[in-house]
Parts: sequence; C-alpha cells; structure tokens
Amino acid sequence: MDSIVAAASVIGAGISVGFAAIGPGIGQGTAAGQAVEGIARQPEVENKIRGTLLLSLAFMEALTIYGLVVALALLFANPFVS
Amino acid sequence: MNLVYSSILIADVEIGTHYYWNIGELTLHGQVFIVSWVVIGLLLLFSFLGANNPTRIPEDWQNFMEATVEFAQDIARNQIGENSYKTWLPFVTTLFLFIFGCNWIGAIIPWKLILLPEGELAAPTNDINTTVALALLTSLAYFYAGLRKKGLGYFKRYLEPTPILLPINILEDFTKPLSLSFRLFGNVLADELTISVLVLLVPLFIPLPIMALGIFAGSVQALIFSTLAAAYIHEALE
Repeated sequence: MDSIVAAASVIGAGISVGFAAIGPGIGQGTAAGQAVEGIARQPEVENKIRGTLLLSLAFMEALTIYGLVVALALLFANPFVS
Repeated sequence: MNLVYSSILIADVEIGTHYYWNIGELTLHGQVFIVSWVVIGLLLLFSFLGANNPTRIPEDWQNFMEATVEFAQDIARNQIGENSYKTWLPFVTTLFLFIFGCNWIGAIIPWKLILLPEGELAAPTNDINTTVALALLTSLAYFYAGLRKKGLGYFKRYLEPTPILLPINILEDFTKPLSLSFRLFGNVLADELTISVLVLLVPLFIPLPIMALGIFAGSVQALIFSTLAAAYIHEALE
C-alpha cells in the first residue's frame, strides 16, 4: 500500500468522525435541555417527552454515524488502495 | 503475556472478513445467512406458539405475541393513519420484528463460541448488504403505494411546491434508502466495534454498560427504521 495514501486515509478517518460529532453534539444538548425544561414545567407528560426525545436523539446520532461509516470505509475498505 | 494474547484472540476485531459460500458464479456471505435463518426461525416459532390454539382470553405466548403485534400496529397506525394502514401493516411489522430480532440476537447470543473457518457470526444487520436490501424494499414499497393510489399522477408530486425543486425531489428518492441503510448499518457496527475495542482493553465488567446500551440502541434502531418506512409510505399516499 502506498504510504501517503495510508497516512492520508487514517488522518481523514479521524477527522471525519471528529467533525461529524460536533453538530449532533450541539443538537443533542439543545434537545435534551429543552426536554428537561419541558419535564420541569409539566412533570405529568414525562413519558411522552422521553419517548419523543429518545427518537429524535437517535436521528441526530445518525449524522455522526454517517461520519463513522466514512471512517470505516477509509480504514477497512479503502477504495484508493489498488 | 499468555493471558493478554488470549484476550486479544477473544476480542479480535474482524471487519471485512466473511465466511464465503460459492454457489455457481455467486459469492454469498454465509454468516449473514446463517444468523438471519436463525432469526426467521425464531420469529416463526414465536408466531406458531402464539397462534397455536387461540383462546378468547389470551394467556402466555398468545398474550405476549398480541402485545408485540399491537405495539408494531401502533407504529403503522400513527404514521400512515387510520384509513389505509391495514394494507401496509404486514410490511411495517415484518421490518420491525426482523430488524429487532437481528439486532438483539447479535447482541445477546455469544456467537464467538461457534468458530467459523473465516469471519464470525454476528448480527445480520452489521452487513451493509442486509440493510441496503431492507432500505431498497422500503423504496419499492412507497413507490408501489403511490403508484397504486394515484397512478401516473403520483409523479406530479415531484413538481410541488414549485418545479424549481424538481432535482431536489428526485435526489430525495436516492438519499432516503441511503440514509436508512447507513443509519442501521452504522449503528449496529458501531456498537459491536465499541464493545470489541473495550473488551480488548479491559476484558471484564467495564464493557457491560456499553453492551446494555447496545441492546437498547438495537431496539431503538428497529423502531426508527419501521417508523421511517411507514412515514415514507404515508408521504407517497398523501
């Protein structure tokens, strides 16, 4: 394997997961904070809020997972290695 | 040193190695087939046990299966709506139960104890081919739903709200299966990878909470996949 390609792939894999984690991190924090606020204001709908929160957290997490898939493809199934 | 070596053997991270079956010109990933047959067998067994001799007041297995089916029915009803959800109930329920079974069977049963010549047994959903197949089935399903309801008038929705959005609307048909398949594949694989890496570092106790998280994430992913499939079908029916 070409060592430049290998080095670039490893760096690219690290960067892809790292940057993909930033946005969903902020988003999940906001969503969880709002959910806590909602529960504090209306404790009786806690179950409904929890269900919606978990579902939306999983959607946000998917964005990081896309970065992870790119990283995995670079590490284990690199298309640029001949 | 020997202990370290054996723990590395237990936690050996295997990605991209498969147990290949060659049938004619085809090359199949055998480990995916074996585990999905186990899942299908279990689902069939549960259904037979539940429907074996139905009574008016459900007990045991019948009770359990009725609760399961009602849960899955709620997914379809909430998304597609009261009027037309019955047509799509089997599809959405099958998706939910199959993905749920796959994720849990991969997380719960210690497949490492069964040695294969190459590759390892794991959740079938950690192979991208499985998830792409499920996502493409979903695409076919919503196209079929739209075309059957409205005929060729279905394609009018590509020009809404304005014809300028035509390329984006067409692109959406490709991104839907892409994101569906990548989400499921990535989540399942990420869980297994984190567990493997943790077991490699600390073989005892520390990975347990992550394993519990993996089981939880598996059920949430099954819920999300079937919810989204039902939502896409509803979008096509609107």
